[in-house]
Formats: sequence, C-alpha cells, structure tokens
Amino acid sequence: MRQFTIALVLGAVLLSPATLADEFTGTDVDRWQSEFDSVAKKGRELWTSGAVGTNGVACAQCHPNAANTHPETYPKFQKQLGKVAQLFEMVNWCIRNPLQGAALPADDPKMTALVAYIHKERKGVAIDAGKH
Amino acid sequence: MTRLITRRSVIAAGAAAGTLTTLPISMVRLAFGGTREDFSFTYISDSHIQQIKGASFVRNWDMGLKRAVAEANLITPEADFVMFGGDLAQLGKKEELDHGAEMLSHVKGKLHCVMGEHDYYLDLGEYWSKLYGPQWYSFDHKGVHFVVLNSILTTDEWTFHRWPTAEQRMLEMAGLDNPNGSPFMVGEKQRAWLKDDLDKVSKDTPLIVFSHSPLQKIYKGWNFWTDDAEQVQALLQPFKTVNVIYGHVHQIQYNQIGNISFNAVMATAWPWPYPDTYAQAGAHVPVLTVPMNRADPFFERDATGWQMIDVNSGRVTARYQLWDNGERVVGYDPKLGKPVDKKYQEAIVRKAPQLHY
Repeated sequence: MRQFTIALVLGAVLLSPATLADEFTGTDVDRWQSEFDSVAKKGRELWTSGAVGTNGVACAQCHPNAANTHPETYPKFQKQLGKVAQLFEMVNWCIRNPLQGAALPADDPKMTALVAYIHKERKGVAIDAGKH
Repeated sequence: MTRLITRRSVIAAGAAAGTLTTLPISMVRLAFGGTREDFSFTYISDSHIQQIKGASFVRNWDMGLKRAVAEANLITPEADFVMFGGDLAQLGKKEELDHGAEMLSHVKGKLHCVMGEHDYYLDLGEYWSKLYGPQWYSFDHKGVHFVVLNSILTTDEWTFHRWPTAEQRMLEMAGLDNPNGSPFMVGEKQRAWLKDDLDKVSKDTPLIVFSHSPLQKIYKGWNFWTDDAEQVQALLQPFKTVNVIYGHVHQIQYNQIGNISFNAVMATAWPWPYPDTYAQAGAHVPVLTVPMNRADPFFERDATGWQMIDVNSGRVTARYQLWDNGERVVGYDPKLGKPVDKKYQEAIVRKAPQLHY
C-alpha cells in the first residue's frame, strides 16, 4: 500500500508540467521576483533602522540609497584587512564600528536582506570584481 | 596615521598653497570703489550630535565636533568669527542640542549659527532659537553684508498636518533618502524679508549668504535642493559680488550661477556620497566641482573636517581642513569668473581617489 502511494505521488509529480526542471511559467518568475523584492524591502527597513547596531546609528546615515557601497566590486582586496574580502565582511565592519554592534553570520537572514537591498539599489551596474 | 591639524600644519599648508591666511591680515585692498579689509572666518558644520540614551551620545560624531573646535581655536591669527552651518543635532532633541552647544561653546570669538533640518523638525526650531536666537538675520563685517537664512522650511501641509507626532515628523525629515520627506524652501515670508534687507544695501557691497541647504538645485532625491532657489537667486543676482556658503551635503561642492559663487562645506560627523554615484539617479553634481577624495571607511574621520574661509575683496576662498587627507583650497578666480580648485581643477592633475562611481 505504501509503495503504491509513493508510486502514485511520484507519478503525479513527474506528470505535472510545472515540476519539469527546465519548465517555469510567468507566475513562477513573478513569485521569485516578489520573494527577492520582499527580502530587499526587509533590507531597506534594516538599512534605515537604528536597531542593527547598538548606538542608534543607521547604515543610511552614511549611505543614502546604499550609495558608495560598490557591491559590484566584491570580492576585492582590502588593504586594511590584508586580504580579498566579500561584501558581507564590509557590512559587518560597518556594523561593528560605526554602528557599534555585533557582526552577523554570513547567512543570517538579516545579512541576506541587507546585501539584497544593496544589490537592488545598484541594479544595472556591470560586475567588476576586484575594482578599487 | 591621522594628523592633528595644528597652527604649524595650517601655516605649512598655507605656505604651500601660496595663500596668506596665517599671515597678519591687515592688508587693505582697493576693490569695487571702496576700501575693504581682507579677513577670515571659521566654518564648522553638520555635527549631528546623536543621543543614544541618557548622557550617552554617539562617540564618533562627538569626536568630530570636539576636534573641529579644538583645531579652529589653534589658528593664529584668530579668525574674525565662527560660523556653525546647521545640523548641530541628529534628531532635534534638547539633550542633543545642549550637548552640541556645550562643545560649540568652547570656540573662541563670536559664533553665528544656521538652522539645519535636524535641529528644526522636532519642535520647529523652538529650543534652537532659545540657544542661538533668530533663524534668519543679517550683519555687516568689514564692508561685507552677511545674510543667514533658514532654508530648510517646507510646506505648511507637510509641517503641520501630515504627521501624527513631532517625533515622527523629525524622523521622516532626518532620513536623507526618505521619499516621505519634503523639499526644502526658504519660503515667501523670508524672501520678503530678504528683499527688504537687501534693498538697504548698495549693489557694490559684497554679499555672503549662509544657508543650510544649497540655494541651488542639485539632487531632489536627497534634498540637495531648495525648492525656491531660483527666486532667492533672483534677489541676489543684482549684486556684483555674491557668495553662498551651505552645509547639509557633507562634501566639497562649488558652482557659479550668474553673479553667485557657491561653496559647500564639510561635515564634522560623516561624509555623504556624491549624488551621481547613486546608480538609479544619474548625474547631478555641478560640473565645476572637483570631488573630494573617496572616503576610506577604515579611517573614522576621513572625508570629514572643517574650513577656514578667507574673504579677499569680498570673494570667498574655502580652505578645507580635511582630517586624514590633504587640504583642499577652492577660491574665486577673477579671470575665469568662477570658483576653482587651486590645485586640482584641470582634469589632467586630478587624482584617482577623486574619481567617484
């Protein structure tokens, strides 16, 4: 009985056109975009919030519309860190120093949101990793 | 790495730039049909003193203002007076204004203040006015007519009817890139006062006008903007020599529109990006402006500072005292009829860090 159920479910899944690896619809694209947009929107909220660090300073105080963050140039060599760094490391640098807060893990949903917002504001600029 | 700007370093920089700020300023020049003494004043701006809680304030911004005041006090000979260009506080709170005013009270000499939006939109300038007096006024000094404007007003609807609380109104205006903000304006009442004030002044008298926001339109999205700028400019244009000095933008900007020379001043708190670096906005910076160096975030005071303003024959030279960076000197060139950077104006001599993207 269990085997039959599995076969039935598997059959249904395989027959459904939307589950084919190379098939997606406009509805899918819209959903994926809106998922991204909602995370970037959350990022914008964090960007303008005084609660990311501990001293009430917000990212947007120095970076209106996330300007001067240059996400397209990462990873790049940061002489002060003595290594090639990723964008999230620089975000954490700002959280630790001007915001006097605690660094976030690279995959923290808050970090994802902040990075999504930065990229959204920089849309259209060509990738140029390593550029200083 | 960081160097304290001292009397010695300013003298050295002055000598290098071939200017006379630190020499006795007793020169008398003939200009515009009268005798006029050259002089200097100090300009400090945009300290954004920010309360965390109780007696605790953001250290970074405190340090900027303290340092500017300490360095300005080391200049010899003493400047004739000190201007503060607005945004003393971050959220207009009494605690922030008091804490900033306490630091600012250590400046030597007469202090004149300009209203910034961060000082204004909590209580509509009430407490600031208790500390610093009228929000717009004029005075005369050594043959120059000075005007201070409150350029950060906006519509009555936005100011009085849009927001449920004063705190929210302040927060909405405090976000530079907040679409819920509202364009700055000098407003009809103050323009009428300005017209009246200027009617009493000879058109040969040099004018220096102080505002917080630029009295020119640079980028509306960040309120690098005054909505009635053209109307204010029209009142200034009949004068032969006009200088406008503004804060708010936290960066070196300069421009010439007709008879009016514009200079922006640095913040002591933090630098702002040039509007043309915002990829969704396009170019908005006056083409005349050679930008300051791109800020290095690893140096807390980089791309902040204060300025000495030299007034020679009624024309302004802004000497930007940049912490963690070389001095920049931007002054009016009588041959070209516009302000130029004394070192970097030509494209060929510009440095890589002056390229913003």
